[in-house]
Amino acid sequence: MSWPLFAEQCLNGLQFGLMLFLLAAGLTLIFGIMDLINLAHGSLYMLGAYLVASLAQATGSFALGLALGVAATAAIGMALEIAVLRGLYRRDHLSQVLATFALIMIANETTRALWGVQPLVLNVPAALSGSVQLFAGIRYPAFRLLIIAVGLAVALALYFLVARTRLGMLVRAGASNREMAMVMGTDIRWLFTAVFGVGAGLCALAGAMLGPLLAVQVGMGENILILAFVTVVIGGIGSIRGAFVGALLIGIVDTFGRAFIPTGLRALLSPAVADVAGPSLASISIYLLMVGVLFWKPQGLFPARG
Amino acid sequence: MNHLRRHGWLLATLAVALSLPQLAALCGQDFYVSFASRLLIWALLASSLNLLVGMGGMVSLGHAAYFGAGAYVVGILSVEAPGWSSALLVWPLAVALSALLAVVIGAVCLRTRGVYFIMITLAFAQMLFYIFTSLTPYGGDDGLSLAKRLTLPGLAMAGDATFYYVVLAIFAACLTALGRLQASRFGRVLAGIKDNEERMESLGYATFRFKLVAYIIAGALAGLAGALMANQNAFVSPNMMSWNESGIALVMVILGGLGSLWGGLAGAAAFLVLEEVLTGFTTHWQIVLGLILLAVVFFAPRGIAGLFAKQP
Repeated sequence: MSWPLFAEQCLNGLQFGLMLFLLAAGLTLIFGIMDLINLAHGSLYMLGAYLVASLAQATGSFALGLALGVAATAAIGMALEIAVLRGLYRRDHLSQVLATFALIMIANETTRALWGVQPLVLNVPAALSGSVQLFAGIRYPAFRLLIIAVGLAVALALYFLVARTRLGMLVRAGASNREMAMVMGTDIRWLFTAVFGVGAGLCALAGAMLGPLLAVQVGMGENILILAFVTVVIGGIGSIRGAFVGALLIGIVDTFGRAFIPTGLRALLSPAVADVAGPSLASISIYLLMVGVLFWKPQGLFPARG
Repeated sequence: MNHLRRHGWLLATLAVALSLPQLAALCGQDFYVSFASRLLIWALLASSLNLLVGMGGMVSLGHAAYFGAGAYVVGILSVEAPGWSSALLVWPLAVALSALLAVVIGAVCLRTRGVYFIMITLAFAQMLFYIFTSLTPYGGDDGLSLAKRLTLPGLAMAGDATFYYVVLAIFAACLTALGRLQASRFGRVLAGIKDNEERMESLGYATFRFKLVAYIIAGALAGLAGALMANQNAFVSPNMMSWNESGIALVMVILGGLGSLWGGLAGAAAFLVLEEVLTGFTTHWQIVLGLILLAVVFFAPRGIAGLFAKQP
């Protein structure tokens, strides 16, 4: 393994992990504080990507489209919370699965009706389309560097929000003991709506950042939703810190698995066996990681409930 | 009176089920025979999941893993051992291998509870999905077409009506067995575990073993459903074990009625008939179906079976 290849895969893993964190952060709070299994979280990611792509095209500016799209998705998320999800907090997990599964169907089909079946193109802004010389021998796409920067900035801002502000204190109180927080006089209703809005906005941000790399299409939400759930479960439900560690772990393991397991196996096994085993082992590596974590730590790495 | 009404429903359902191929032929809509076969196979899958979720309280979001596993036993054998054309040989093998898979996966998953159980079952199903997606010798992503249906002595299985009756007989047998199971000591203990696992544990029941046995039976029946579906469609693909299929099976169970013996059938019928009717009206039928499901959650929380049951 050469050093530039290794460094590039590290950066790719970091970039993927940070985007996963944007999704997992909202999901883990909704999961932890409101005890809601929200399968439709991925739909907000999809909706965000579509809105940013359309708005960027309409305004001619990626940054403007991004800001408007994120704000619009946050508003849609809050409206969804008030209209539908609020009625599900006191219901069992099964009803939540059924209702949010229904929301996925509605969101996917509405998107198809509004934007058509063809994937949307979201272009990298011209200023960021080149690549940057990082170290001797390592060039890295500028847009991917931006993704890493945005991810780190959001993680830092979230840390500040959760650890240093009054809203964050209420969120932490709600995650560790919801009933006690309510008894102590926290107005849970607006807190839930606010958390949902922030979570939806982060979804849209991740969708906009990954949109130029992956395709903006119907169904994009479901694939990444499962990865976000794996992240949340590995990190410990309700823990932002857990989501951060879990997301980076998954980003690195998945990226390295895809880059190195197939070639590694070819050195060990016969080519026929390696060509089948390599890709499958690479794509299940993160699920093996999750099963392993749950086997030894059934509550995840950083359990939030005391 | 109540007794009479219940038997009335049962007889009416049975009469429609038995005469369905003739009814379809009368209307000149032979398509409905294979539609009914698919419906019964989905009902078998949903009923097996209902044993797990409704009776045992174990919410699995990865049940399609066994559905796909049973189908792939049929698919892979059709490539590797084309001579094994008897369903009497292949279907039991599909059931046995799905059960074996359930032993291994269940033993790990049942260490966790609640939300973690939902997620770990999902993770295992995803693993199988990706393994079969990269299994290029057996079609990989594209799936695998079967040359013909398996044979049963004395029956022309290629005929859709004959195959329908075979599926109907298997479904009826499985449902009867599930009913017996629900009423047995095993079923009572399982219901007790669903209600309060700690209590059953302190009463001296080895709850893990009861849950694992329920998980294995559910996996085996889902494998049987998968083997039947492979024969029905003459096609298997990794999509049969995608999380979307697991989700649909779970939706059917909740829609039909959790823990109710007929819930799986009612849910599968409601879901597939709605899908069939709505596609006739609009290409965007998923929006309507989604809204109907939302309405069920908020206005009929006990599913279709709850609408028929006596008010508590």
